[in-house]
Amino acid sequence: MVKVLIIADHDEVQLTPGTLNVVGAARRLSPERIDVAVLAADGERVAAASSSIHGVDRVLLIEQKGNSPYLAAVWAPQVAALAADYTHILAPATTLGKDLIPRAAALLGVGALSDITAIDGPYRFRRSLYAGNVIAKLSADPNKTVLATVRVTAFEAPETNGGAEIEPFHVEAEVPTHTRHVERRGGEQSGPDLQTASTVVAGGRGLAGPQGVELIGQLAAKLNAAIGASRAAVDSGWVANDLQVGQTGKIIAPELYIAVGISGAIQHLTGIKDAGTIVAINKDAQAPICALADLVLIDDLFSALPALIHGLEARRAS
Amino acid sequence: MRRILVGLKRVIDHSVRVHLRVDGGGVVTDGVKMSVNPFCEIALEEALRIREQGLADEVVAVSIGAADVEQQLRTALAMGADRAIRIASDTTHEPLVVARALLGIVEQENPCLVLLGKQAIDSDNNQTGQMLAGLWNRPQATFASEVRLTESTATVAREIDQGIEILALDLPAVITTDLRLNEPRYVRLPQLLKAKKLPIETTTLTELGVETETQFQILEMEAPPIRTDGVQVETVDDLIAALEQRGLI
Repeated sequence: MVKVLIIADHDEVQLTPGTLNVVGAARRLSPERIDVAVLAADGERVAAASSSIHGVDRVLLIEQKGNSPYLAAVWAPQVAALAADYTHILAPATTLGKDLIPRAAALLGVGALSDITAIDGPYRFRRSLYAGNVIAKLSADPNKTVLATVRVTAFEAPETNGGAEIEPFHVEAEVPTHTRHVERRGGEQSGPDLQTASTVVAGGRGLAGPQGVELIGQLAAKLNAAIGASRAAVDSGWVANDLQVGQTGKIIAPELYIAVGISGAIQHLTGIKDAGTIVAINKDAQAPICALADLVLIDDLFSALPALIHGLEARRAS
Repeated sequence: MRRILVGLKRVIDHSVRVHLRVDGGGVVTDGVKMSVNPFCEIALEEALRIREQGLADEVVAVSIGAADVEQQLRTALAMGADRAIRIASDTTHEPLVVARALLGIVEQENPCLVLLGKQAIDSDNNQTGQMLAGLWNRPQATFASEVRLTESTATVAREIDQGIEILALDLPAVITTDLRLNEPRYVRLPQLLKAKKLPIETTTLTELGVETETQFQILEMEAPPIRTDGVQVETVDDLIAALEQRGLI
C-alpha cells in the first residue's frame, strides 16, 4: 500500500507553486493516501493552500517557533519522525527540497533520489544524469522508504478545488540549535516566477552589460515573461544568482523560451530542453543554442531586441 | 590542529560530450579525460584560502575509488592540500555509503570543517554533504557562495531559489560549494611533478566500518529525445509572425 507524504515548500506566506506539481507526481504512484506536511511557525495560510490541491487527503500542520525560517537541521528530524507511516516522502527539487531530503534520508538510514523526471510505478523512476545527456531508469528497493525530490516541470499541477482536512499535528523530535538563520537578501520578485512562468526571456554573455539586461527586461515586460540568465550573465554580476537556468541552477519548461545572446553550453541547455518552443537570438550562427532552438534569428541583439519590442507594441496597437 | 577535510570526486571532465555505450550499460569512459569534479575543486580552493588566512592548519583531501582516483588526489596535493587519503573501492557507491565513509574519516581526523562540492556533474545527486551532516548531527550550509570562519563559527551565504540566505553555523560543520564561491587556482607543472612523489594514505570501507548496500538499481540508460531541427527566420517581423502562428504571442 503506497502512502505518500509531501513536504510543502513555503515561506509561511505562500506555498511554492512547485509543491502542486509534486502532488501531481504523487498521484502517479497510485497511492492509497497523499498527505502534505506543513512545517511552520504560523502555517495556517500555507495549510489552507495545501488543502485545496486536488488529490491531497490530509494536511498535517506542524507548528513550532523554530520552524521559521526553514533550516534543514530543524526540519529534517521532524520529517524523519513522520516517516514511519509512509512508503514515500517527496518534496519539490527546489533549493529547500534539495537541502532537506538527503539529510532526512540519512537520519532514517536510507538513500534518496534527486530530481526524478518520471514515475513508471511505485518503485520505478527516471532521472537524468550527466547534465541531461543520459536518462536513467531506476528501480528502488520496495522494503525501504523512498525519499525523493521531484523535478516540478516534469509533472502536471492538479486543480486547486479540493478541500482536504487540516490536522494540527505534534511531532516528537529533538531539534538542534547549532544552526541559525541570520538573514535573507534579495529574492524580491517582480513579474512571473521563473520556475513556473509560461514565457521566459533569458540573457547570456552577449548582453555585455546593464544595457543588454535592460533590453531583455523590456522584452520580458512586453511578453509578461519571467527573466532568466545563463551562468555567464550571473558570474559577470549583471543579474542575480537566482535567475540562473541550467544543470546547477533552475530547470524550467516554459511554453516559450527566448534565449538572447546565450551561446548554449550543455550545462545551460539541460535546463531548458523541455521548453515548448525555444527561440535563439544570436549573432553567431555556429552557437550550440542555434542547433537546439526551434526558431533562430541571427542578428545583433542590440538592434533585434528594440525592433522586436517595437514590433510587439505595433501588433498590440493594431 | 585545526583541520579542514575536503571531499573530491573523479568525474568525466565537464568539457567532454558524454556518450552512452552501445550496450546501454553505461557511458563511454575509455580514453575520456577525467578531472576533479568542478564543485569539489571549488571546495578545495576555499579550504586552501582559509588555511592561507591562518584560520586552519591543515587541509586533507579525501576521495573514494579505485587506484585511478590517485590522479585527482595528486591534483589536490599539487594545488596545496597537505595530505591525501584514498578510500579504496572498485565500485561506485550511493551517496549514503559515501557519506558513511566520510563520517568514518571525520571520526579519525576530527576536522573543524568539511567542505564538499554541492553536486557531482556525473550523477547530479546533490546529496552527500547533507547526508554527512545528518549522520554527524552537525550543521549544514549547502550551495555556499561566501564563507567566513571564526574560531568557533562559520557564516555562510547560500544561493537559494529566492536570493541569498545567510546562516551562522557552530563548528564543526559541513559546507557544500556553489559556483560563485571562488575561482580555483591553476596547477603548475612543477607542483604536479612534485605531487607525484608525495604519499597517499589508503584505507578501506571495511576499515571504516562501513557496509556497502544499494537501494537503487539502474535498469537502463538511454539518450534523451533529440529536439527536431529548427528553422531560421530572416527578420524580426518573420520571428513575430512565426510566434503568432504558433499561438505563443
